[in-house]
Amino acid sequence: MLKNSDYNLYFEILFYLMKVLLAKPGLDGHDVGVKVLAHALKNSGVDVVYTGLRKSIENIVQQAVDENADLIGLSILSGTHRILCERISHVMTERNLNIQWIVGGNIPTEDVESLEKLGALKAFPTGTNIETVIRFIQSL
Amino acid sequence: MDNLKNENPESIGNVILESGFEVKSVYRREDVLIGYPEIDEEEPGKYPFTRGIHPLMYRKQPFTIRQYAGFASPEETNKRFKFLIRNGQNGLNVAFDLPTQCGLDSDDPRSLGEVGRVGMSVDTLEDFEIAFNGIDLDKITVSLTINGAALVIMAMYFAMAEKRGYDLSKLRGTSQNDILKEFIGRGTWIFPVDSSVKLVVDTIEYCARNIPKYSPVSVCGYHIRESGANPVQEMAYAFCIAKAYSDETIKRGLGIDEFASRLSYNFDIYGNFFEQIAKFRGGRRLWAKIMREQYGALNDRSCWMRMIAGGGGAGLTKEQPENNIVRTAYYALISALSGTQTMALCTYDEAFTIPTEKAAEIALRTMQILTHEMGICDTVDPLGGSYYIETLTNRFENEIQKEMKKVDGWGGIVNAIATGKIQEAISQQAYIKETAIQNGKIKKVGVNCFKKTEEKRTVEFHPYNNDAANKQINKLRSLKSKRDQAPVNATLERLRQDAKNNENLMPAAIEAVKAYASVGEIIEVLKDVYGEYQEPIFF
Repeated sequence: MLKNSDYNLYFEILFYLMKVLLAKPGLDGHDVGVKVLAHALKNSGVDVVYTGLRKSIENIVQQAVDENADLIGLSILSGTHRILCERISHVMTERNLNIQWIVGGNIPTEDVESLEKLGALKAFPTGTNIETVIRFIQSL
Repeated sequence: MDNLKNENPESIGNVILESGFEVKSVYRREDVLIGYPEIDEEEPGKYPFTRGIHPLMYRKQPFTIRQYAGFASPEETNKRFKFLIRNGQNGLNVAFDLPTQCGLDSDDPRSLGEVGRVGMSVDTLEDFEIAFNGIDLDKITVSLTINGAALVIMAMYFAMAEKRGYDLSKLRGTSQNDILKEFIGRGTWIFPVDSSVKLVVDTIEYCARNIPKYSPVSVCGYHIRESGANPVQEMAYAFCIAKAYSDETIKRGLGIDEFASRLSYNFDIYGNFFEQIAKFRGGRRLWAKIMREQYGALNDRSCWMRMIAGGGGAGLTKEQPENNIVRTAYYALISALSGTQTMALCTYDEAFTIPTEKAAEIALRTMQILTHEMGICDTVDPLGGSYYIETLTNRFENEIQKEMKKVDGWGGIVNAIATGKIQEAISQQAYIKETAIQNGKIKKVGVNCFKKTEEKRTVEFHPYNNDAANKQINKLRSLKSKRDQAPVNATLERLRQDAKNNENLMPAAIEAVKAYASVGEIIEVLKDVYGEYQEPIFF
């Protein structure tokens, strides 16, 4: 016979929702894309938290820790992706954290590789299909 | 052929515009008359101005060409301004970098990597003096694309013009200065909603009393639509915003005719060709009626929906970017057929980068070809009387009005924005639209049809100039060490007191910038008094 607590554990495993923190670092105000993605992820059963605009990388990482997020998604369209990704990589190392992160936005294809070298699990340039991003996140 | 004759033209398929209107396959005179029996009485330059605000429109003077420009340092921007003017542009539309737009100095840690990136960086009055050096402000009208920090940036423009000897009572120009739309889209808000509106109203009041030819606000349907709103919502929310500023200005004791003629609009163009033209014609008629019937405006000019239109960033694609040149040419045509006052186009490379000189030139030439080769200026409102356009025009007038009533039901636009009601409605719409593009219901050439299997990027990047950013920071530090600190402290203190006492802050802001207080210093004082906006989260 299963005990009540076992059931709880069983349900927690069965219905475990992945938690994603979507974030807007820096000063960029373009938030249509990140909100569309947040909406789509929620519809596909992912637990989504969105930070809102103009958060520092330090704040974003802290919020990810507080929220117990499994993944951070950075949305950057002003062209500052390199600088901000270097920053998150640095903060993760400094704080000895191992939260996975992805980045999306106005990223030239030739920058994709360097962002992934910095530690981005994946970099999604604008024009990426939403489905592609969702499938990637669900595959984690 | 016989079969065709028998077909009922009204019964083929179903076409629904983005605004939700069904389109018939043929329109006739009776369609127009049902909606608007007064149609034959409409004249350009005559209330309610459906056909244009001037009797002769472009026949007398073509629309102003005012490309958005500005990047890196004020020195670099000054060069680009002069390049554009040399090539036939007669107005300037200044882009500011994000630190300036958010009220931060270049040496603020939060500005890292953003100094001079998406626009010109401005820290003090000195930067304005450099950027406009050698540009005749009587001949070239300047539009400042600034919102959250508009009070400071406008103060700098006025101080610079005054120092150069221009008579402020004759000074022309425009500021975007529409903070309410920043809460909906674009996002360069700083202060809470009510305080933000107060600052906008300060500028309207100050200009009406001191710089009467200056247009202190350009209400932006543009960014509302870029954020996902449909064309009806774009116009409705913009009109609600303009009404909100007007109501507050009237509370300061100004009559509607003392300021309404200096309010202007910035609208978006992409999507269905005819729908956009009707949107502007119907909107123009409705705005005139609102001003006359609801506000009692006697001056015709107060009833004018003056606009800048031509850009439509959301319509452009990153895929096959050269196609954007064709798209923007159509947008320019729409804008001209809609009777715009000023035109600015997005450049074909804007999805990638800030415009290269080449792309800026193509945009400029696109508008010049339209003006000089196509006969677009020969006669006023060439589409007036088209059964389709006129029917749609009527429809827009009615639907925009209905949407505005909805906003009233939400407690007015200021409340609807403060509670996030509008943002929520628009993000829902953005999601629906994006899904429709991704599943091909809305066609985008090169994106979901006529795709290339392998695309090589052909757009050249405008490089980010890190040296220029460092120079800007050094320039600010050097200025701060050289300037006389006593007047900086005194003027900032006056600003703080005026803010606490709920005075009009324009005079204190002008004094502070004249003392070379920086954007960041001035905004920090106001943050102390007003606090900062807390964004409601909706998606």
